[in-house]
Amino acid sequence: MSKVLTALWLAFLFSLPLWMDNQYVLHVLVVTGIFIVAAISLNLLLGYAGQLSLGHVAFFGIGAYTSSLASLGFSIHFTADTVLAMEPKPVWIGLLAALLASGACGWLIGRLSFKVRGAYFVIVSISFAEVVRLVAVNWVELTQGPMALNNIPPLTLWLPLLGEHVFWKKPANYWLVLSVAVVCYVIVRRLVWSRAGRAMVALRENEPLATSVGIDVTRYLVLATVVSAAMAGVAGALYAHYIRIVDPDVFLFIYTVTMVIMVVTGGKGTLAGPVVGGLIFGLLPETLRAFEIKPEVQWIIYGVLMVLVVFFLSEGIVPAVTQWWQRRRAAGAAMAKAEP
Amino acid sequence: MLGGTYALLGIGLTLIFGIMRVVNFTHGELYAFGAYMMYMLVMLTGANFYVSLVLAVALGVALGAAVEFLLLRKLRGADIDTTMLVMIGAWIALQNAEQLTWSGVARSIDSPFPTSPLVIGSVSVAWGRVFVFCVATSLIAATYALINHTKLGKAMRATFQDRETAALMGIQIGSIHTATFALGSGLAAAGGALLGPVFVVYPTMGDLVNAKAFAIVILGGLGSIPGATIGGFILALSEELGAGYISSGYRDAMGFVLIILILIFKPTGLFAQKERVG
Repeated sequence: MSKVLTALWLAFLFSLPLWMDNQYVLHVLVVTGIFIVAAISLNLLLGYAGQLSLGHVAFFGIGAYTSSLASLGFSIHFTADTVLAMEPKPVWIGLLAALLASGACGWLIGRLSFKVRGAYFVIVSISFAEVVRLVAVNWVELTQGPMALNNIPPLTLWLPLLGEHVFWKKPANYWLVLSVAVVCYVIVRRLVWSRAGRAMVALRENEPLATSVGIDVTRYLVLATVVSAAMAGVAGALYAHYIRIVDPDVFLFIYTVTMVIMVVTGGKGTLAGPVVGGLIFGLLPETLRAFEIKPEVQWIIYGVLMVLVVFFLSEGIVPAVTQWWQRRRAAGAAMAKAEP
Repeated sequence: MLGGTYALLGIGLTLIFGIMRVVNFTHGELYAFGAYMMYMLVMLTGANFYVSLVLAVALGVALGAAVEFLLLRKLRGADIDTTMLVMIGAWIALQNAEQLTWSGVARSIDSPFPTSPLVIGSVSVAWGRVFVFCVATSLIAATYALINHTKLGKAMRATFQDRETAALMGIQIGSIHTATFALGSGLAAAGGALLGPVFVVYPTMGDLVNAKAFAIVILGGLGSIPGATIGGFILALSEELGAGYISSGYRDAMGFVLIILILIFKPTGLFAQKERVG
């Protein structure tokens, strides 16, 4: 039953561009999809491993910059003579590079910062994002600083049936982002239900106990960070090749906050949570725009919502709905039993 | 000059963390609030500069108390991540409320100090900065006196050491928390009110301050007041040296580099006190 439902859902999502040709809605959905991928990656760290990473946007941005630089080519002058230059590479190599670079940064940060926990980890992750942002602003030779990287080529892929296909149009990008999101969802699902996932949950719930039964805590935390960072990097790269311009503002803290709100509202530590949260907070700004609300007011609403969610729905929307549904079913079953 | 205000901000944050176990993300916003109150009072109503300073700090204290009363009181005893999320929400709401009220345009505040600098030998310092330094150091001294020599301070220290035992001894933990948060917020607002006239006032000015205050607190060890004082001066010094010798673009990165270094080599901070576990 649930398999049929899943298949129906996927069919609905994949067929969407075929019968709907509102480009604006498609654009909103593509951007929302990219943020959902980022939220899924954050959920692995925040929801399952229990580490609040407030520097997640760093991985997103590193992915965006790596991929754009790889596909645009760059040259760095260390001294007058030593020059490190790279020719422009195809975009899919850029995507791969983004995955590897973000993963490597995740590994580094994980190794460094999991000596500490809780508040310290949060602050380290914020600092990391801020340092990366300042590097992106100041290293003008590589990143163009605030002038931004322009004219980033869109993704070109060889596809069966289609041959060489350039992802210029919105439906193509929609399918691309949707596929990546599905792959990420499946990866997280597999990971969470594996030995490693159980180890992560165990150490989230009770770290001394997990250690005492022989779980290598740091190893699993680093693993979670690497996977999560690599996914965020891919999301960033997709963003770069879709929007086709990257500036240091991709590192702004507000994007991390958006991801955190998505995960927390949807339900951290649930598979569907980031998707639901991502949909809500991806579409909400556009809905609010229809009422001609100022962006400041929109952010105030975000902030207030966040406080309200923590106060009244501390688990998030998905667990609340599941519980309500189970209670209803249980009540229904009891009624059915009592009637005859 | 900066060292004094940095220390002021760090002390406020470390007090709140040490006593309440709350990572206060609204700290930078209170700093911005202090600066904006100065702007409102001095530039719009034309009040006296010194009177405005005192009023701005008082309003900061009031706002801090309100935040604690509305948001944190119900969450006492909740785990640290939960309060952190609430504080992040409050911070976003506050910052954008500031942006909405006073718009994104940077404002400057007139100060009553002479424009010619104070010259001592080969060193020359602007009068405004001398004033900032003096006020900041005296506020730090006052905070030390409050913590070490008053009944309220004693209750705060007791709560810091062991919350349950302190409650058993008849200390009203709730009001201690409110007082702590109000005091910390007041110090942040004082920092903003002091630096506002020196630099310019803009809504996102709190963000960097937030990050810097965290750097200071980690430098000194979470919860350590002397640590925060010294940390403030170390950060200011390394920022100036970094700006002078490496690149002024990276001035603001110094704090974060310091944090990362400290956490690699001495994760508990330079002056951490032994903490009871369990």
